[in-house]
Amino acid sequence: MSFSDSIREIYKKDLENIRRSGIYKDERIICSPQSSEIEVEFPYGSEQKKVINMCANNYLGLSSHPEVIEAARNGLDHRGYGMSSVRFICGTQDIHKQLEDRLTEFLGTEDTILFPSCMDANAGVFEAVLTPEDVMIADRLVHASIVDGMRLCKAQTDNFKHSNMEHLEQKLQFHQKARIRLIITDGAFSMDGDLAKLDKIVELAEKYDAMVFVDESHSSGFIGKTGRGTHEHFGVLGKIDIITTTLGKALGGASGGCVSGRKEIVEMCRQKARPYLFSNTIPPVVVSGANKVLEIISRTTERRDKLEKNTVFWRKGLTEAGFIIKEGETPIVPVMLFNAKLSQDIAAMLYEDGIYAVGFFFPVVPKGQARIRTQLSAAHEMHHLEKALDAFIKAGKKFGILHKTKQEIIEQYGL
Amino acid sequence: MSDTKDVILEYVKNEYLEEGDDQEVTYTTPLISGGIVDSFSMVSLKLFLENKYDIKIPDDVATPEAFDSVNNIVEVLKKFNIE
Repeated sequence: MSFSDSIREIYKKDLENIRRSGIYKDERIICSPQSSEIEVEFPYGSEQKKVINMCANNYLGLSSHPEVIEAARNGLDHRGYGMSSVRFICGTQDIHKQLEDRLTEFLGTEDTILFPSCMDANAGVFEAVLTPEDVMIADRLVHASIVDGMRLCKAQTDNFKHSNMEHLEQKLQFHQKARIRLIITDGAFSMDGDLAKLDKIVELAEKYDAMVFVDESHSSGFIGKTGRGTHEHFGVLGKIDIITTTLGKALGGASGGCVSGRKEIVEMCRQKARPYLFSNTIPPVVVSGANKVLEIISRTTERRDKLEKNTVFWRKGLTEAGFIIKEGETPIVPVMLFNAKLSQDIAAMLYEDGIYAVGFFFPVVPKGQARIRTQLSAAHEMHHLEKALDAFIKAGKKFGILHKTKQEIIEQYGL
Repeated sequence: MSDTKDVILEYVKNEYLEEGDDQEVTYTTPLISGGIVDSFSMVSLKLFLENKYDIKIPDDVATPEAFDSVNNIVEVLKKFNIE
């Protein structure tokens, strides 16, 4: 027998430990398209419930947009369902090249290469372009996929305190002997919703002869005046050497990612990046939908502007109600509760009231920084946000945390 | 020995505590299991030790347990004849 009782026991114990430490993840079953309002079955098998979705990465509300769906359907009709190949054998269609060109234009770079996901882009890019003579210097709060990608790369690894430019400068000075220095950061940080100081980072990169890598997954499509990303917001378009981003969030929300940047870097990825070389091409239906997304957001900034208005309303509403939120300007708005159980209890009460938001706690966020992360979308109408705000205020009153300081909340609930 | 200990303690404070952080770190404070240093941030500590003492610490030695306190790190350094 290959899966013996003793082996089964090992996994049962491991799973029990995950449950006991409170980090077991349950899927919630959604029985409708992704949108601002969704039908959820939770737990699995229970009655479906209509809730306002406050936790999707559907920033531009394009995940179920009729024009995108129609384009995807056309792609299915004219380019088929699958390609049964990696890109470089027989998996590259005209629409894949079209999408790469559109992304290059939108992101303001020199060239772009698609990957099956941004997780894959991050897993492949460092190893493809760096050697043991080089060093990667990353912000300590970069996404897990970047950490994994760095682990796969043989270059030296170092990191700097989150968004601390003095610390980054010390590290750049320390590594002056390396062949290549690569500064690595997220554009918008997914757990705190703050933006990397890209103007300062580019300045330091120029001073210490370093390249800059930015993961724009939580920024592409809506940060910056025309939604091109954090680099547009900070006025450093064209100065970022490597951008990775996803098609799985604002840009249609299906799947797929890319590396975009200096043409030599992209060319190296086409030759050496393992997730590109050894994983299937993005299916035509997704590529066709993404091409339409790029067309829509290049045509008008209407959706990005609406998202900005929604974000301002939501941040102001929560702050005036007396919640502690992580300050910033992105549609990622963490409501700070500090105590893990409190974050779970409030999320459960919100769900009862028809609001779907998720509580995060250690190890997903640092100890003592439990929170409910809310995310805005251009698909939210004002009545959705008003209802969600009412539910938050009701929960805040019930748990007695409104207009309380961090210290007072910790004294009441512990860490 | 106390010199090495203090050098490491000083490095840990500068490297991992934020400004205004009132957390007290001593020779015995659990760094990794205590949530002060995560496994990703730990790489800079390894890099610092390797450069400072001109040694190469293999990955199977640089474990989270071995780096979990200043005292533990001092024990690791002893293996390289650094007292």
